[in-house]
Amino acid sequence: MGWTRKDLLSMRELDAGEITLLVDTAASLQEIASRDIKKVPALRGKTVVNLFYESSTRTRTSFEIAGKWLSADVINFSASGSSTSKGESFIDTAKNIAAMSPDVVVVRHSSAGAADLLARELPCSIVNAGDGAHEHPTQALLDLLTIREKKGHLDGLHVAIVGDIAHSRVARSDIHGMRKLGMTVTVAGPPTLIPPFVQELGAKVSYRLEDAIGDVDVIMMLRLQQERMTAGLIPSLREYARYWGLTLDKLAKHARPDVLIMHPGPVNRGIELAPEVADGPYSVILDQVSRGVAVRMGVLLLLAGRKGGGAA
Amino acid sequence: MSLLIRGGRVIDPANNVDGVQDLLVENGKIARLGRNLAAPADVEVVDAAGKIVCPGFIDMHVHLREPGQEYKETVATGTRAAAAGGFTAVCCMANTNPVNDNGAVTDYIRAKARVEGAVRVYPIGAVTRGLRGEELAELAELAESGCVAFSDDGRCVMNSGLYRRAMEYTLPFGAPLISHAEDASLSRGASMNEGVVSTETGLPGQPAAAEDVMVARDVLLAELTGAHVHIAHVSTAGAVRLIRDAKARGVQVTAEVTPHHLVLTEDAVRTWDPNTKMAPPLRTKRDVEALLEALADGTIDCIATDHAPHALSEKEGEFDRAAFGIVGLETAVAVLLDRLVRPGLLPLATLIARWSRDPARLLNLPGGNLAPGAPADVTILDPDAETVVDPSRFRSRSRNTPFGGWTLRGAPWMTLVGGNVVRP
Repeated sequence: MGWTRKDLLSMRELDAGEITLLVDTAASLQEIASRDIKKVPALRGKTVVNLFYESSTRTRTSFEIAGKWLSADVINFSASGSSTSKGESFIDTAKNIAAMSPDVVVVRHSSAGAADLLARELPCSIVNAGDGAHEHPTQALLDLLTIREKKGHLDGLHVAIVGDIAHSRVARSDIHGMRKLGMTVTVAGPPTLIPPFVQELGAKVSYRLEDAIGDVDVIMMLRLQQERMTAGLIPSLREYARYWGLTLDKLAKHARPDVLIMHPGPVNRGIELAPEVADGPYSVILDQVSRGVAVRMGVLLLLAGRKGGGAA
Repeated sequence: MSLLIRGGRVIDPANNVDGVQDLLVENGKIARLGRNLAAPADVEVVDAAGKIVCPGFIDMHVHLREPGQEYKETVATGTRAAAAGGFTAVCCMANTNPVNDNGAVTDYIRAKARVEGAVRVYPIGAVTRGLRGEELAELAELAESGCVAFSDDGRCVMNSGLYRRAMEYTLPFGAPLISHAEDASLSRGASMNEGVVSTETGLPGQPAAAEDVMVARDVLLAELTGAHVHIAHVSTAGAVRLIRDAKARGVQVTAEVTPHHLVLTEDAVRTWDPNTKMAPPLRTKRDVEALLEALADGTIDCIATDHAPHALSEKEGEFDRAAFGIVGLETAVAVLLDRLVRPGLLPLATLIARWSRDPARLLNLPGGNLAPGAPADVTILDPDAETVVDPSRFRSRSRNTPFGGWTLRGAPWMTLVGGNVVRP
C-alpha cells in the first residue's frame, strides 16, 4: 500500500499498515548514515521548514539532518529572535511561512493540537514534532524501529513506560503505536503522574516500579520535569529517584536479562535513570537517536513524495 | 397602539394555558386572551397560525461586555442578538471593565439600555470589589441602582468566609447570589474536562469535582444563612445530585443550565475547535443525561445561555491559549427546539417555562406570563422553520459558536417587548 496522507499528526490516526510502512521505509534508509557521502537526491528542490516553538536539540537536529541527506532545502525557524517576539500569533507566523511555498513544515509547539491547527490552515504537509502533552509520532516510530531491530519483531512484545505519563506526548504516541502493532504496554508511575482513564487507550497501569519491570521486553524511562514538584505532584526529587529511578540493582533483581532500556531524552542522570544504566549494556538510547534520522527521512520522503505531494 | 396576535398556539405555563387562542396587546400590556377575539379598530393583526406564542423569554446569564470590551459586544449589539434569538430580557454579568461593583456602573449600563437596548436589560452586580474576592462590593447601592442579583461570574469567590457574609448582607434585598462554582485550586491551568478525552488529547483537564466541591459549599452556606443561592451553568451529574438533595431539604437553592451543556459533550473537543472551550467545560454523556433529567423534573430551574462574546483573535489559535466561552443568544432557542423538543427529550411547555416563567419568578422580574395586565413581552416561535446557523449573519459583534453550519428545525419567529415588535 502507498502513503496517502497530507500530514503526519498523530499515531492515533494511523492504522497498522501505515505504521509498518513508515517503519519499513525508515529501515530501508538507514544505510545512508554509513555511507561516505551521505546524500541522495530524493527531495532535491523540495523545501522543509522546521518551525520550533519549544526548545529542542535532538528532534530539530534530527529533522535537519534527515532533510539535508535527502537533498531538501531545510530552513530552521525558532520562536526566539523572530516575529513571535514582536507579538505575531502562531497561526499568522505559520501562514506567512506557508506563503513562501514550503513542501513540508515540521512543527513543535507547547500547545496540544498545534499541529492539527496548522494542518487545517496550511496547504503544505505538516509533521508533528511534538505538541504539548498530545503526541510525538516520529519518536514513537523511532522507538518501534529500534525495538524491531533489537528484538527482531514487535508483535507480542511487552513494554513498560515508566514515569510522568500524564505530561508525556511520547507515552501517548508510544501507547497508540505499540498497541496497533500487537504489543502490550504497561504504564507505571506514582498515581499523580498517571492520567485518568489511560486504560481506555489500551495500556495497563502499575504503581510499583518493581512490578512494572518484572516481565517486560523493553523499559522506556521518561524524563521527569522538575516543575512537577512545585505543582504538588511529587514530594521531592530525592523520593522520586528512590522509588522510581532505575538502577542497576533494581534491574538485576527484577528485570529480565535481555531487557532493553530506552529513553526519549534528555536524560536526568541520577533521577529517573542511574548513569550506569543509561550507559550500560541494556541501554539502546543512542541507537534510538541514530534511528531517529532514518525515521524522519522516511517521513519526509513519504509526505513530500506522495502523488501531487507538497504545495501545489 | 394595539396588536392582535391571531390564531397561534398560546402556551403560558404560569397560567396553565395551552391552546389555539388570540392574544390582544394594548398600551404595552397583555389586554385579553381568548378564542376568536374581535379586532378593535386600528389594530394591527399578526397572523400567527401554525406558530407558538409564549411569554417573552428571559436569559438570566449573558455578558454584554459594555463598558470596557466593546470590541466583543455592546449593549446595542447584544440586545439585538437577544431579540433575534427570541429573548425579551437579559441579565448582564458584572465582569465588565470597570467591573459593575458600584451604582455608577449600573446606572451607565441601564442608561445605555434605555437608549440603545432592543430588549430589557437587568444588570447583575458584583459580589466583591473588582471581582477580586477580597472585600464586599457596595451591595446595597447596587441593589438600589437596579441590580437584580449579585455574582462574580467568571470567577468563583474562593473565600468561604467572605461569601457567607455576602449571603447575609444581601438577605434584605431579595436578590440572589449567583455562584460560578469552580474551585480554582482544582481547575488551575485546565482547558477542558478531565477524563478520557483530556488524557487522549493531552490537554490539561479539570475534574467534575472542581464544580461539585463548590456547589456543596454554596448549598451549605445557603443553609447556614437562609440566603437564596443560584448555581450558574450547572454542568455535572454530581452538582445535580447536590442541588436535588438540597432542594429536598428546603434549602433556597436554584440552578440554571446552558444549551451547550445540554447538547454537547467533551467529545467535541477532539476537533480542537476553540469554540468548544468554555467554563465550566463540556462534560460527559452521563452528565448531559443528568442535566436533561434535572431540567425536566425542575431540579434545574431555568435555561440560560452564558452568552460570552469573544473576538476572533481570541478564539482562533491554540486551544489552551484561547479564551473561555461562546455566544449563545442567537442559537439557543433553535438548538434546543431541534435537539431536545423535536426528538421528544423535553416537552415544549417545559422548555418554555424554563425560559420564561421560572427565571422571572426566581429573580422577581416582571413578565414570564401572559396574564392580562402583564407587560406585553412575547416570544413567538415557528416550530417548522428550518435554518442553517450562519455566524456571519449574527447581530452579535462576535461569532464564537460551535453551532456554525448546524441545520435546525424550529426557530424564534417574532419578539415583542412592551407590545412593540422588535426588528433586530
